[in-house]
Amino acid sequence: MTDTTGASGMRRREFLATGAAALGVGLTGFPAVLRAQAAPVKIGLIHPVSGFIAFSGTQCREGAMMAIADINAAGGIKSLGGAKIEAMLADSQGKPDIGAAEVTKMAEAGVDGIVAGYASSISLATSQEAAKTNTPHVVDVGVSDQIVQRGLANTFRFGPGYGSIAKFAVDNLAAINGMADAPAKTAMIIHEESLFGTGTAGLLQKELPGKGIEVVDVIKHANPTRDFTNIVLQIKAKKPDLIIPANYYNEYVLLARTLRQQRVEAKGIYSVLGGAASNYKFVHEFPEAAEYIMDCNHWFNPKSDVALSRKKAAEDKGLVYTYEVFLAYNAVVALADAIERAGSTDKEAVNAALASSTLDMSYMPYGPTEMVDGQNVGAQPVNTQVLNGDIEVIFPQAYASAKPVFPMPS
Amino acid sequence: MIELSILIPSVLNGLTTGALYALVALGLTLIYGVLHIINFAHGALLMVGLYAVYYLNVQFGIDPYVALLIVPPGMFVLGYALQRGIISRASHGRDENILLVTLGLAIIIENLSLFVFKSDTRVVDTPYSFEVVELFGAFLPLPKVVAFVGAFLTAGILWLVMARTDLGRAIRALAKERKGAELVGIDANHVFAMSFGLGIACLGVAACLLLPSYYVNPQVGAGFVLIAFTIVVLGGMGSFVGALIGGLIIGVVEALGGLFLGESLGQIGIFAIFIGVLIFRPTGLLGHKV
Repeated sequence: MTDTTGASGMRRREFLATGAAALGVGLTGFPAVLRAQAAPVKIGLIHPVSGFIAFSGTQCREGAMMAIADINAAGGIKSLGGAKIEAMLADSQGKPDIGAAEVTKMAEAGVDGIVAGYASSISLATSQEAAKTNTPHVVDVGVSDQIVQRGLANTFRFGPGYGSIAKFAVDNLAAINGMADAPAKTAMIIHEESLFGTGTAGLLQKELPGKGIEVVDVIKHANPTRDFTNIVLQIKAKKPDLIIPANYYNEYVLLARTLRQQRVEAKGIYSVLGGAASNYKFVHEFPEAAEYIMDCNHWFNPKSDVALSRKKAAEDKGLVYTYEVFLAYNAVVALADAIERAGSTDKEAVNAALASSTLDMSYMPYGPTEMVDGQNVGAQPVNTQVLNGDIEVIFPQAYASAKPVFPMPS
Repeated sequence: MIELSILIPSVLNGLTTGALYALVALGLTLIYGVLHIINFAHGALLMVGLYAVYYLNVQFGIDPYVALLIVPPGMFVLGYALQRGIISRASHGRDENILLVTLGLAIIIENLSLFVFKSDTRVVDTPYSFEVVELFGAFLPLPKVVAFVGAFLTAGILWLVMARTDLGRAIRALAKERKGAELVGIDANHVFAMSFGLGIACLGVAACLLLPSYYVNPQVGAGFVLIAFTIVVLGGMGSFVGALIGGLIIGVVEALGGLFLGESLGQIGIFAIFIGVLIFRPTGLLGHKV
């Protein structure tokens, strides 16, 4: 379903109050100020707000709506006479085909640009569909490298893809292992079965042996998986030094619980995309199970005041500040910036502006923004670790707020 | 080659997981088998039960096992009201209508939950969440062992209700011959609603025993409902002992399938059983034509 909501999110009561105030002004005889109102810029937000990844989809939508509210509060798109951004919301239900169908509906409704679709598989479908009408499409999270390797002129991603994430994860793991005199020699990868988990696991399996870490097994699981005992029993039997999960939150919770119940002792748990050490919710709910877990994931620059103020604003709204929130926020900002610089909503002009974007993203732990074939090559993940019940950045040094603790104390 | 050190714990774990499935299936077999109602809202109502247990825990500090005194009676009332107020009225006694009404109910309940509770995944933290029982070298999570015992007790209580009480006799009479039952003075609408209430109360029990080792979100029921239908078909429609045995078999098949075929492909065993039973023994292991 597609519906149109003003980013200001005016409720009925507020509407009535505003209406009454306006009426009051009219009755007391103030002159009405007539101004030409710039036509709103319509940005489509397509996320899986229901279905098995609904939590992540909802987080994305919240982040994107916060960005729209901030941009509108700061005067809208100035090059278009202060045009306000209007969100068009749609639910992909976690299904690529529904995501694509929502793009079609939005295109017919005159959308100016799209931010979608959280999961890689959905982002592939939505961007492909948007390409038919050349509608600018910014992928918020979807990490599959395929997304930006199809030569689509309308598809852009400002966050990192899993190719660079896996390389970063492996290089930094080797560095952390090396600093501790290489206690980790074996690893097991546990991943979910969709494009994200399978692709990430494949890259890790290829790269880790080159760093002196043998991959003793790779186990794939379905979404949802109701029980992780079998998997954990296999981990227990193979006794890897490192456990590397790459899965979504629900399955991560069950896996972490079962690891503890089955008393599995490893030298480290090193998650790639979607682990405990980059999720405040998990850290708060399972502080003991989360302690010392390391992640390689999307994160904000903990030394940036802008990033910290956005985190506070999200938390003030009652949100858990997960990567979905800030990546979707960033995607909307990038699209709005392109429209601002294009000075129009002409699709070709906006796509050209996105392709030449040098957006200042110093609130992220990225290098300078440089778009190559739709991908921001300056984007990179960071390594985090849960230490003393908080999430600390441990790599790269430039953004680190703590030193890694590895191997984890038993 | 799978070692015994994995095989034995895996089978034991399959049995405890299967008992949880059986708990969910018990209510379904009562509703599906005895009343011929295909309750598509079963998963959604399990989710309602799980949220009830969750909020009793986080708002009032009530332990999920203590909530057994509150949630199943509450779910019974909900089930009674749903059958009497909505399903019975909207379906006009036609099976195909009942199917659509329960499907509609499932959609409404899931979307209302999404609106009210948000899509957040929630867990309860109890002092025994991480406790384990050691058996033949296997660590069995305590909440699952409790659920295992609970499934047997629930099946036993249901059997007693059906076999030894007037309500049970009335339910059985209605299932066999509605007109005859009404002629001897059984209030069909009341007894149908009582049966539906009992089935939903079973979900309340399942929710109390499940949450300490699982999680709740608005989509959580979907993962159980197909399994529960499979168990009901395998065990025999309307048979509580069948549901129990069916649950345990499915649990073990799932565990061993995961072990030998991988966690994704391992699920195939469940559906192979479903199709096999439908072809070779449509009445199920302990079922009979009603």
